[in-house]
Amino acid sequence: MVDLRAAVAAVVDPEIRVVTIDDLGILRSVEQDPATGRVTVTITPTYTGCPAMDVIRADIRHALTAAGHPDVEVRTVHSPAWSTDWISDAGRAKLAAAGIAPPPPAGGTGRAVVPLTLAVRCPHCGAPETEQVSRFGSTACKALWRCRSCREPFDHVKAL
Amino acid sequence: MSDLFEFVLRLGDDALVAAQRLAEWTSRAPEMEEDVALANIALDQLGAARLLLSYAGELEGAGRDEDALAYLRGDREFRNCLLVELPNGDFAVTMAKLFLLAAYQRIRYDRLVTSTDERLAAIAAKARKESAYHVDHAALWVRRLGDGTEESHRRMQAAVDEVWPYTHELFTTDESAARLAEQGVAAAPSTLRDEWLGAVEPVLATATLTRPADGWAPGGGREGVHTEHLSYLLAEMQVLHRAHPGARW
Repeated sequence: MVDLRAAVAAVVDPEIRVVTIDDLGILRSVEQDPATGRVTVTITPTYTGCPAMDVIRADIRHALTAAGHPDVEVRTVHSPAWSTDWISDAGRAKLAAAGIAPPPPAGGTGRAVVPLTLAVRCPHCGAPETEQVSRFGSTACKALWRCRSCREPFDHVKAL
Repeated sequence: MSDLFEFVLRLGDDALVAAQRLAEWTSRAPEMEEDVALANIALDQLGAARLLLSYAGELEGAGRDEDALAYLRGDREFRNCLLVELPNGDFAVTMAKLFLLAAYQRIRYDRLVTSTDERLAAIAAKARKESAYHVDHAALWVRRLGDGTEESHRRMQAAVDEVWPYTHELFTTDESAARLAEQGVAAAPSTLRDEWLGAVEPVLATATLTRPADGWAPGGGREGVHTEHLSYLLAEMQVLHRAHPGARW
């Protein structure tokens, strides 16, 4: 059972290839039916329209087949809804190391009367003097930012 | 047709048609960042549409999946509001439409989180966070253009004036919607308007725009009576699936 979980947890995110689906909190559970041997993997999308989900499902099947378990069912659940708080500390560290600023704690957007903006540190030089260039970035879960200190642009995982 | 099927279809068709319209901006937006933004918002709408139409297909129980509902229905079978099928117009019209729609969707999904229907509640809990982001984004442009140059102000005001009448349909409660409200499945549309106005009016005010007077209120979308624009949109959206049924890649 530990092996199965580890095999699935090692599947990397197709769009942000420095983190795994486990780091991002996309992987919810891995269970095996002791009678039939069938493995049921439960995942949840970051965004409803995330185009990476089909690739993730295929990669999970591939990983388990390679581990000797070809009988796989991948289930997708939407509740409880994914938020950036599901990204693990290890995942955050990997994102930052790859030049992607990890998200601040979720809950700051949307309903607030006065939106609270926390400083986003530049993942390249660490300076807090940064600014948003675009609210949307290269994937559904990221925004485009730029550092005013070292002048480098960088991706920032949006709080959700 | 059950009331729940009807309701989920309306919600799903709103999102699907909005996604298709927004996607028309891809490669045509005024700047690269906005191109990416509109494509992302379209993708969010499409994501919600897929969940809702899949659920609608299950409720109907006639073997239709999300693809059958999206690609194999004629315009008279679509239940979206007229607002989402209107042509994009200039950028101001697109932003006016998106702002007024997203503000409604956010409140609609917010209320659905406590629905007695668990599946709807789960979809809404996911979609409302994305809607909140759409509202923020569109409000930014409404303010920027409204409180911008003389020309941008003129066009933003004209855009809001043009689409405002179509928002009334969002808050019209028919018999089917009233029955669902009684069952605690979904709040009656008419009960959402005050909250919607509370979200919309302050943005229009800071954008130095005049809130249009209520008057003409075109409708019919919820019963399948649409403007001439929908069938053209569907023709483009459905052509591949109809030419090659079941095509995959």
